[in-house]
Amino acid sequence: MSPLLKVAGVSKSFGALKANRNICFEVARGEVLAILGENGAGKTTLRNSIFGHDLADLGVAEFKGSALRAGDPRAAIEAGIGMVHQHFTLADNLTVLENTLIGAQSLWKLGLQTAAARRKLVALAERFGLEIDPDRLVSELSVGEKQRLEILKTLYNDCELLILDEPTASLTPQEASGLFVSIRRMVSEGLAVIVISHKLNEILEISDRIIVLRSGETVGDVVTSEADKRQLGEMIVGRPVERPQRGSGPPETASRIALEDVSTIGDGSSVALDRISLTLCGGEIIGIAGVAGNGQKALGEVMSGHQKPSTGRIIIDQQAIGRSSPRAFMQAGIAYIPEDRNREGMVGDMTVWENAVLSEADSQAMVGGFSQIDKRACLAQAERICTDYDVRTHSLVQPARLLSGGNLQKLLIGRWLARNPRIIIACQPSRGLDEGAISAVHSMLLAARQTGSGILMISEDLEEIIALADRVAVMFNGRLSASIPNNNIDPIELGLMMTGEGFHAI
Amino acid sequence: MRFETREQTPAWLPWIAIFLAGIVTLFFAGILLMFAGASPVDGFIELFTGAFGSRNAMTETGATATPLILTGLAAAVAFRAKFWNIGAEGQLYAGALAVTFFGTGLIDLPAFLMIPFLMIVACVAGGLTLVPMMLLRQYLRVDEVVTTLLMNFVIILTVSFLLEGPWKDPYSLGWPQAAPIIDSGVLPQVVPRSRLHLGFLIAIIAALLVWFVQSRTVFGFHSKAVGFNPIAAKHSGISLSRTMLGIALLSGGLAGLAGASETAGLKGYLTLDLSPGFGYTGIAVAMLGNLHPVGVIFAALFMAVIFVGADAMSRALDVPTYLADVIVATTVLSVLASLVLVRYRLVFKG
Repeated sequence: MSPLLKVAGVSKSFGALKANRNICFEVARGEVLAILGENGAGKTTLRNSIFGHDLADLGVAEFKGSALRAGDPRAAIEAGIGMVHQHFTLADNLTVLENTLIGAQSLWKLGLQTAAARRKLVALAERFGLEIDPDRLVSELSVGEKQRLEILKTLYNDCELLILDEPTASLTPQEASGLFVSIRRMVSEGLAVIVISHKLNEILEISDRIIVLRSGETVGDVVTSEADKRQLGEMIVGRPVERPQRGSGPPETASRIALEDVSTIGDGSSVALDRISLTLCGGEIIGIAGVAGNGQKALGEVMSGHQKPSTGRIIIDQQAIGRSSPRAFMQAGIAYIPEDRNREGMVGDMTVWENAVLSEADSQAMVGGFSQIDKRACLAQAERICTDYDVRTHSLVQPARLLSGGNLQKLLIGRWLARNPRIIIACQPSRGLDEGAISAVHSMLLAARQTGSGILMISEDLEEIIALADRVAVMFNGRLSASIPNNNIDPIELGLMMTGEGFHAI
Repeated sequence: MRFETREQTPAWLPWIAIFLAGIVTLFFAGILLMFAGASPVDGFIELFTGAFGSRNAMTETGATATPLILTGLAAAVAFRAKFWNIGAEGQLYAGALAVTFFGTGLIDLPAFLMIPFLMIVACVAGGLTLVPMMLLRQYLRVDEVVTTLLMNFVIILTVSFLLEGPWKDPYSLGWPQAAPIIDSGVLPQVVPRSRLHLGFLIAIIAALLVWFVQSRTVFGFHSKAVGFNPIAAKHSGISLSRTMLGIALLSGGLAGLAGASETAGLKGYLTLDLSPGFGYTGIAVAMLGNLHPVGVIFAALFMAVIFVGADAMSRALDVPTYLADVIVATTVLSVLASLVLVRYRLVFKG
């Protein structure tokens, strides 16, 4: 049987960077192919070349025996390729059914043929185990449901090859296994699925065949049943990797920061906090687990002075904090590592050294007699951060946006650690990072714990929480559960609590 | 054909791009001159002799550039922080009002004190005019483009009211103008028997000071960060409201200084036609100068050359003076287009 999709010799460069080098692979009907690789390995570029967002420099993608028109996503969709991006592309103000019809109906037809569409949608949902109410507004859907809708949209457009980009990035373990069941059904009906991911465990669970990308090249093409996890891990990174072990922490000190019955007023876009109480001591890491959008953002913001609690008190080192401003919290010894390092953490258009001292430029050590910035002191400080925390940059004067995600995050965390913070609020500290950078970030946090800092780590990655946290609490719908000591926590039970089952707020 | 982001841009590239944009502009202006029935070569010769050809021409160009440097700086300072102050015109008149209020006899000091005093009150008046709009934007998210623009009309109508009423100079033979600035407050001429006054030097010094503040001081550093990414700046403990307050005071203050320099330097008294839109032209100057203080000096001089030169050209060749406006507009457009090409690379493929 001829393959459904054949990618032959695809190469793509961005300036000096060779994002894809002579990549060849095939996908047959009834097969789940995984494309595995770290961030920056070229997965996204490859995906864009196939789907037509980008123009490959060399090579072709053949679908059902004929070449796809390059640089034209519409041609790919019409040929029968469906793509579900990691960040969903849905209209929040429309219903499930209306979203399905976007792009599926001619612009020049008056009225929507909803009856037929509804029948088709419901039938598809049932067939593939993607149940969803066609009349609900997308804004009311959970992350898992939104993803189901995205997949349904592609199926509705008669896709034969489905490309899923980091499909489990923000799903609970339960939602993820539901997704895998649906994928299995699709391939049993003769579709082909490509899963792009950097999560090794899931790939081993769902795929039939794995190709591994590293620095733009295919470094492995293996049948999953014959694959070895360790070997794959090394293939991805190019060298053996090990994440740092938690070990036992220093003796705990008194409470560093405590929230007493803190609530916030929601602004409509995010869930508000509902009577949260929490005590964080020095020398411990508390992990906050939860499905995205259950108030984690508000929790981080309240604890860093970005949002004012409407009721309740925040006590830092036995003193209630009066002024709620990021600056006041910083001076009280808090370091806040925001979840979106590009938007909230760094000024991409400024240089590496400027970013390294962004929070320090007005400190005594950096300012000369005319309130001018002492550039030499700043450069020295930036140099120190880059060496201490292994930030790899061509030069200190290049724009920070040219740094890789991992180096950017190391720079950001390093900038905070250089202040010797007594309290660290880390939101999704390793989201979207490659294996090497994750180990580095984890080491940085563990080292800070060893020196007596109290760390609150908010993460959607259960693996990360179980690996690092001394205590774990779950957030659900703006409330926080009691924290449980992290010994022999069952991830499945935690996953259930994240969806509200067995969840008890304190 | 598509745009691709450049990974790295050499520092000289924007300046080359602006220079090439200038050439493109001259080309288009040449075509227009041919339409107007004149030879482009003659036109440009007349234009440049009109602007540089004599001592008088050069001082005229300098005098015209003076308010443009200051309003250009006002726009550049604000725009760099992504604060879209379109109200330099109003702030200019606010400065002029302050100078007229204090400088027409209320206070009399020796010139070496009087002139700095008038400049400072004009700065403060211009700056304070802009602060409410900044507060509206920071705390109530009111679009500053709308508020600063509309404030222009409020201030200009106030000037009109004052000049027709309480501040009208009784010796003005009925013209709506205020009493003249007293002698100790008048900015002396830099070149004798010309209209080039101390304001020109003040403008140059202001530009250099702004340059120092922006590139060397903590405030400049903070305002750069706030301009590029206010959220990240806030997360780094930079106070947005304090930084924005500084930016508003500086931007409005520079525009106010333009009003002071025109009132106390060029005209000697406040009239309603003090500014033929210097505030608005300042925006174009700032764009042309790539929001760089030294770039602003050159952009303002370029504009002045065009304005002064086009007058001479139209007298000599009998072509419309409006050509000056067209040339300025074309320059701004081609500079903006060229700056896009600095950020992105055009790829012809597919």
